[in-house]
Amino acid sequence: MNTILFIIQKEFIQVFRNRMMMPIIFVVPIVQLIILVHAATFEMKNIKVSVIDLDMSSSSRKMVSKFQGSPFFLVKHTSFSEKEAQTEMKKGNVDLILQIPYGFERRLVKENTAKVQVVVNAINGASAGLINAYTTMIILDFNRELLIDWLTPGMLAATQNITISTSYWYNPKLNYKTYMVPGILCLLVTIISFLLSGMNIVREKEIGTIEQINVTPIRKVEFITGKLMPFWIIALFELAFGLLIGKLLFSIPIIGSLWLIFLSAGVYIFVILGFGLLISTMTNTQQQSMLVSFFFMVIFILMSGLFTSIESMPVWAQNLDRINPIAYFIRIMRMVMLKGSDFHDIRESFYSLVVYAVAIISFAVWRYRKVT
Amino acid sequence: MENPSIVVDNISRSYGPVKALEQVSFEVPKGELFGFIGPDGAGKTTLFRILATLLLPDTGTATVEGLDVVKDFRKIRKLLGYMPGKFSLYMDLSVEENLSFYATIFGTTIRENYDLIKDIYRQIEPFKTRRAGKLSGGMKQKLALCCALIHKPAVLFLDEPTTGVDAVSRMEFWEMLRRLKESNITIMVSTPYMDEASLCDRVALIQDGKIMKISKPEEIVAGFRHQILAVRSGRFFELLTDLHGFPGIHSVNAFGQAAHVTFDKGVLPVEALRKHLVAARHEDVMIEEINPTIEDCFMELMNTEN
Repeated sequence: MNTILFIIQKEFIQVFRNRMMMPIIFVVPIVQLIILVHAATFEMKNIKVSVIDLDMSSSSRKMVSKFQGSPFFLVKHTSFSEKEAQTEMKKGNVDLILQIPYGFERRLVKENTAKVQVVVNAINGASAGLINAYTTMIILDFNRELLIDWLTPGMLAATQNITISTSYWYNPKLNYKTYMVPGILCLLVTIISFLLSGMNIVREKEIGTIEQINVTPIRKVEFITGKLMPFWIIALFELAFGLLIGKLLFSIPIIGSLWLIFLSAGVYIFVILGFGLLISTMTNTQQQSMLVSFFFMVIFILMSGLFTSIESMPVWAQNLDRINPIAYFIRIMRMVMLKGSDFHDIRESFYSLVVYAVAIISFAVWRYRKVT
Repeated sequence: MENPSIVVDNISRSYGPVKALEQVSFEVPKGELFGFIGPDGAGKTTLFRILATLLLPDTGTATVEGLDVVKDFRKIRKLLGYMPGKFSLYMDLSVEENLSFYATIFGTTIRENYDLIKDIYRQIEPFKTRRAGKLSGGMKQKLALCCALIHKPAVLFLDEPTTGVDAVSRMEFWEMLRRLKESNITIMVSTPYMDEASLCDRVALIQDGKIMKISKPEEIVAGFRHQILAVRSGRFFELLTDLHGFPGIHSVNAFGQAAHVTFDKGVLPVEALRKHLVAARHEDVMIEEINPTIEDCFMELMNTEN
C-alpha cells in the first residue's frame, strides 16, 4: 500500500514537473469548449440562394420575398439564365438555385397547381438535407398563405385543417450548445486520460527506467495501480473543471445528479486508462503508442454519437458500437445532464462500462510482463 | 566451491538465429569481484539480464544466492542490485527523489542503509536537489550505484558501469567497488575495457556468447605462452601487412599506435625484424620488448578460437 502511494506521489511529481502539463490541464479544456461548442454546429444560417424568376409576377415575387425574409436564406444572386446560376453554384457562391418557371402565376390561378424547381448543392449531404427541409418549409408556408388569400373566410373554416405543434423535450429551445457541451466534456476527459496513460509506461520503456523497476520486488498490480491513479484523479478533475466552465460560460443545464455523473465518469475513465495501458504494454516507443491511440480514438469518437446519431448508423455499425466506450459515456452524460435520468435509467450503459473496465484492465495487467 | 553466490550452469539463449549465449557455465563465490571482459555483442548484457531475472534462458539453469532465477525470481529481486548499461533512473526526478523512490519500493529508507552508500552518496550529496538528467556522466553512475545499493543487496550486477565515463571517474568507480567488497557483497561487473580486468578478483573472457577463459587476471597474463614485441613505424597501415611477411611470426595485432607482434618463446629476432622493415622502406622503426597485457591474452584466445 505504501509502495502504491509512493508511486502515485512520484507520478504526480513527474507530471507537474513537465512544463507542458499545466497548460494542457487548464487551457485545453477552456479552448476546446469555447471553440468546439461554437463551431461544431449543424444549424444552417445564411444559405446562399440564386433566384431565377422567369415569371416576374406578384406571386413569384412573393415567394422570393419569403426567402429574403427568412433568417436562414440569403439571396445572393438573381438572373434569368439557368446556366449562369449553375456556374455560380460550381464556383461555390450559392448553395441553392430556386427557379420559378414562366407562367407560374397563371398556372396557379387556372389549374390550382404550379411547379418550381429547387437545386441544392449536395456536396455535404447532411447540410443538403437541411437546406431542402428549410426550403420545403418556406414553400409550404407560401402555399398556406395563398390558400388564405384566395379562399373566402367561410371556405377556410370548411377545409379540414390539422396543425402540428411541436415542442422539443429536454432541450426546448433546440440549443445546440446544450447538446454539444456534455459530448465535448466526454471527449476532453477521454483524450486526456487516453493519451496520458498510453504514453506513460511506454515512456518508461523508451528511457529505460522500466529495466530498473522490473528488477525490484514491486508487484505489477502495485506498479500499474500507482501509475493509473494519478491520471484517474487528473481526468476527474478535468471533468469537474469542464463542467464548471460549461455552467459558467454556456449555462448548460445539469438536471441530473452530479454524483451520478462522477460515478459513471469514474468507471469510464478506468476503461479509457485500461485501453491506454494496453496500448502502452504492446508498443515500444511513444510514437507507436501515439499512432495506435489515434487510430482507436478517431474511430471511437466519430462513432460515439457525438456528431451523428448512433440510431441513424447501419445496423452493423450500431453493433460495433457496443465496444465503443465513448458511446456509452456520451449517452450517460446526455441522459443525466439534460434529461435528469437516475441510476435506474442508465443502468444498462453503466454496467456495460463496469464490465468493460474490469475486462480491459485485467487484460492489460496480464499483458504487462516484467520478464521477456 | 563452498556456498557459491552465483552458479550458472549450461545457459544458452538465442535471439532468432543469433546465439547470444552458448552453454555458459561458471561459479562466483560470495564476496568476489568478478569481471566479464569482452567486446560489444559478446553476450554480456544477455547474461546479466538472465541473472537479473529480466530474461528467461532457453536452456540451462542459474542460481543467485541459492535461488533459481526462473522459479524464485520474486525472492531474488529482493536481494539483487542491478545497474543496467543504459542510465535508467528518472531524469526528471532529483537525486534525492530517485534515491528515496528506490528505497521505498524495496521497503526500506535511505537512513536505514546509509552506511553502505555513505562514501559514494557524500560525493553527490551537494547536488541532491538537482535533477538526475542534469548530472554529469560520472555523477549519474554514482547515483545509479547508490540506487542499486540502497536496499543492501547481497549481489550486485553492474552492466558496463564505466562505459562512456571519463578516465578519472572510471578509476574512482573501481575504487568504490573495491571498498564495497568489504561489505561482503558479491559483485559481477562487465566491461569492454581490458585495462579494468586487472582490478577484478577473477575475470571471464567472453566472445561470441562463449566463455573462453576464467581465471585470476595475473594468472591469465602469466599463462601467456608467447613473447611480444611492440613495433612502431611512420607508415602504420603498411607496417601490419609487412609484418605478416616476416617468417616465424605467431600473430600481429594493432594496439593503438603500435603493432603487437608475438613470437613463440625463444630468442627474439629484434635485429632481423628491423632489417626486414627497413628493407620494406619503413622509417622511424621502433621495436621494444613488452610484457603481455590482458588484451594480448584476449586477442590470442580469440585467434585460437577462430
